[in-house]
This record gives sequence, C-alpha cells and structure tokens, in this order.
Amino acid sequence: MPDANRSTAASAAVEDRQLYLDGVTVSFDGFKALNDLSLVVAKGELRSIIGPNGAGKTTLMDVVTGKTRPDSGRAFFAGDVDLTRLDEAAIATLGIGRKFQKPTVFENLSVFENLELALSGPRGAWATLFAQLAPPEAERIDAMLERIGLEDRRAVPAGALSHGQKQWLEIGMLLMQEPQLLLLDEPVAGMTDRETEETAKLVLSLAGQHTVVVVEHDMEFVRALGARVTVLHEGRVLAEGSIDHVQNDPRVVEVYLGR
Amino acid sequence: MTPLTFRLARLLDARGWAAFAAIAVAAAMVVPLLNTALPAGHPLRLPDYMVPLLGKYVCYAILALALDLCWGYAGILSLGHGAFFALGGYCMGMYLMRQIGTRGVYGHPVLPDFMVFLNWKELPAYWYGFDMFWYALLMVVLVPGALAFVFGFLAFRSRVTGVYLSIITQALTFAMMLGFFRNNFGFGGNNGLTDFKELLGFDVQARSTRIGLYVASVLALALAFLACRFVVTSKLGRVMLALRDAESRVRFLGYSVTSAKLFAFTLSAMLAGVAGALYVPQVGIINPSEFSPANSIEVAIWVAVGGRGTLVGAVLGAFLVNFAKTWLTGAAPEVWLFFLGALFIGVTLFLPRGLAGLAGQWRAGLGAAFRRRPGAVEARDA
Repeated sequence: MPDANRSTAASAAVEDRQLYLDGVTVSFDGFKALNDLSLVVAKGELRSIIGPNGAGKTTLMDVVTGKTRPDSGRAFFAGDVDLTRLDEAAIATLGIGRKFQKPTVFENLSVFENLELALSGPRGAWATLFAQLAPPEAERIDAMLERIGLEDRRAVPAGALSHGQKQWLEIGMLLMQEPQLLLLDEPVAGMTDRETEETAKLVLSLAGQHTVVVVEHDMEFVRALGARVTVLHEGRVLAEGSIDHVQNDPRVVEVYLGR
Repeated sequence: MTPLTFRLARLLDARGWAAFAAIAVAAAMVVPLLNTALPAGHPLRLPDYMVPLLGKYVCYAILALALDLCWGYAGILSLGHGAFFALGGYCMGMYLMRQIGTRGVYGHPVLPDFMVFLNWKELPAYWYGFDMFWYALLMVVLVPGALAFVFGFLAFRSRVTGVYLSIITQALTFAMMLGFFRNNFGFGGNNGLTDFKELLGFDVQARSTRIGLYVASVLALALAFLACRFVVTSKLGRVMLALRDAESRVRFLGYSVTSAKLFAFTLSAMLAGVAGALYVPQVGIINPSEFSPANSIEVAIWVAVGGRGTLVGAVLGAFLVNFAKTWLTGAAPEVWLFFLGALFIGVTLFLPRGLAGLAGQWRAGLGAAFRRRPGAVEARDA
C-alpha cells in the first residue's frame, strides 16, 4: 500500500494535509452528531472510516462538503482553505467530490450525458447554453466509460442501470472533475460480491492520484482496501490504525459487539 | 459551418425538420387560403370568425410551450404563468389604447377613455412610450421577464421548490389580479383595455389584419418552438433535466441550480408575454380576469394532457383541450369544468406522460412487434 500505513497522518506537515478537521461539533436538537472531532487525512492517502449507526460518519461528510455548518470547530482543505465558510458549489469547484450513500445519478440522462455534465468547464447558464463538446472532452468521457466498465452502456438512460453500475457511474462522474479529495459514502452498499470486488479494484486504482475517504460498513471491503482505518463512535474518533489493529482494540470490540 | 450554425441545423433530425417545415407552412398558408380564396358558401370555406379563434389557440400553444420549458424540463411547476401572459397582453393593450387617439368616446387626444371617465388630468408616467410600437414590443418581453427574474431569484435562492413554489406562483397571479381590478392602478380596472382601433395603422377588425395576426402568431409559435429546442438540446437543457432528477447532485457538481432555474423561468415568462401580446389584438380585449388563478392551472392541464417535457406535446395539448373547450362550452356549457377535471384525473392516472408519451409507447410497441415477428422463431430456439 502506498504511504497509507507508513506515515502517521497526524504528524503530517501542514502542506501535506489534504483534510484537517479541528474540534468540529455539530448538534441537532441537543444531540451531538459530531463531538469535538479532530481528524487529519494526508494528501494521496486512502482512508476508511467505520463506526456503528449514528457515529457521525455521514455528518462528517456533510461538514466537509458544506451541506452542514458546524456549531464550532473548523475544517481545512489543502492546508489552509476553511471549508466552513464556503457553500456546496464553491467546495465542489475547489476539488472535493462526494459520492452519496444512495446512488444519485441523473436517471433521465444517458450514461454519456451524465459524465458530460460532470466534465470540468464553465458552469454558468449562458456558457452552458452555447457549450459544445470538444473532441478531447469526448475522448476523456470515452476513457472514463472504459475505466468504470460502462463503455457498452453509454447511450442507455442511467435509470436503466443496475445498482452497482449506478455506483460506478457516480464514481466516474466524480472522477471527471479530477477531484483532489474524493468522499465515498458506503460505495458497496447493496452490491453483489462480484460488484464489491470490482469496486475495491476501482477504489485502489484511485489511491495516490486522489485522496480518498471511504465510509463503509462492509468489513470485507474495508479489509480488501487495506487502508488506514478510523473508527468513529458517538461523534468522536475511538481508534485509528490498520484494520487488524482496530479490530483487536477492546473499545472497538465493545462498541461493535457490546450492543 | 460554425459551431452555432451546426447546433441550429441539428435542433431536429432530418425527419423532424421536414415535419416542422410542412406543419408550419401548412398552418400559415391553409387557414388564410381557406378563408379568402374560396367563394362564400363553399363547404370548405373557413368562416371569418374562425381566423382569430385559431389565432387564439396558437397563442395558447405558445403559452403551453413556455410552461413546458420550465415545468417539463427544469421541473418548476409554475401555476402563475397566466400572469406573465396577461402582462404581455396588457403591454400590447396599452399600445393599442394609445393608437385610438381622438376616436375614443370622449375624443381626448392623449388620455384613454377610462382615464377621462375617472377624471384624470394627465397620463401616468408608466404609460409613457406606449404610443411607440417598438417600445411596447420591448415591454412585452421585459415586463414579464423582469417580474419572473425578481420573483424567481428570491424563490430559487431560498430553495423554494415543488408544491410550495406552485402555491406562491398562484398567490402571485392572484395578487396581480386584485391589483389590476383596482381603478387607481391605471389599467382600466375590471373593464380592462378594449375598443381597439388600429395596430400599426391597420384596422384590427379588418379581415386582412386578422389573417396577418394569425400568420404572425404561427411564425411566433414556430420560432418559440425552435428557441425552446435550442435550450433543451444544449448542455444547459441537460443541466435542467438533471436538476429535476437530483437537485443536490447538480449542486455538488458545481452548477448553480439557481441560475439554471432562473434562466428557464425568465425565458419562459418572456415567451408567455409574447403569447399574450399576440392574443390581445385577436380577441380585442384584455382584462384582469386573465390573471385569475384558474387560467394558469388550465395551462398546466394542457401541458399535462399533451405530455410534458416534449415541447410538441404542449402545443398538441393546448390545441386539443381548447378545441374541446370551444366545442363543449357551446354544446353543453355546464359539462365543461367536469370534463376538464375528469381529463386531468384521467391523464394523471392513465397517461402520466401525456399524449406525446402515448405516441412514443405506441411507436415503440409497433417497432418491437415488427422486430419480433421475423426473429420470433430464433428467439425461442436460443
């Protein structure tokens, strides 16, 4: 595995930090979804985040993508950009891509058109009204179709894809934007074993080029990724380390098995 | 070919262009010919009253097209499009009022009759400029466009969507209706604007003017259709479809949902204004009842019946429902509203994609049947 296990992220120098959450607290009606959470992810790292339901995994993603504003604490991107001051579109433009838990692709558009919308380029109403697809852009889309294994489904409406294929299309859409940081929220939920295997290969191929944070329940998948694991519990980091390390941590065992 | 002309040429496929040209030319030529070239008493002769009636349908078709652009594509169900239509109509009505000149009942050279009647001494400032045709035309698109822009900006920025947006558009048109009913608004109160004499020097009652207005409406419909095709076949059109499916995903992709919606809504309001402007000289009156909330709901029914998100369906729906309305309100007036309600329920339950969707299904089914027949045996073997 590249760097993931070797460098302890916490000690990374500021310029090597892709994502740095500092004392983030989010509460909903008194319930603390995130409780003074601090976390560092280094550039190019592949990181898995696990934790029982309600541990704050999705809220963590919401804070990073600007969907939720924390009550206190800050979230820094690529060193010193404060994400808590930006809106969703601005954060997306910075280079943070998020894959939702439920696959959200544009069901009425073809697979090709889904990727086309994800292409980087001008986003304004006028610019898109007169936009033309340049040949190099079409080639990029073709290359992505091949990478996510959907080249023979390009003209199919995305709504007609299988569940797994939708997840890959969504990952492909994120990759079209060449994000620095990719957030994957349960990418293998509801997938068949084979699809899960394929997805693990795809995610592993991303590490190094992109910083990838995966939130997942599926232990087999997390093991297959072989990445550094952060365990969340009640809005805090409970443990961090290799998958074997955290699985043998008595506190983790208690949280997962003691209920 | 420059990229733009290439895009324009590809708005429709070859068969689409052929059908479009055939229908547009036929609609623009056949009606005037049937009305003027045939001798009186000929069974195929179109009676004079039919020309402005058909012209009215064409205006409704433009309005339906406008609503389809923002509802069928961007997913904004506006139930206040009648307001933009009426505003365009009022702008044209103001021009026509100023053209009356001294021929009004009171013979005042500047003030329309209703202002003289209300004892007004001078023309309100917002009536200035409406004696000029170009100015009135500009206002026909700018006034509805500006209202839609401001209203849309506030609504979309606050992320008001779905049924809530529909309700506030109803409130918008209702508020406008109450305002325009007031005499001190300066638009003729509940009588509205009427008794028009001339448009660009042509007598509005004359048969030739009515034919001219009809042909102008057909041309406007054709251009509006192509303009809408241009929008929906663009990348912006795909952004609209995308935000109808998954608004937050569009936002995470870095597109501004607000500006895409605002574009669709404002353009749509402008088209509705043009439709209203063409409508007023053909029916000869504009009054506040055009703002009534029920009118706007009816437009949504035309689009739903024809099939939303198809453009062609909206035009088809506007014609069919209005033909039915003209016929039924003559034959059995008390049945009309029940019919309209039943139609809406029926379409929602059985034809969720409207008549255009039905045509698509039928064609697909037919195609499949043709394909299946020769291959049926092999398919069973395999």
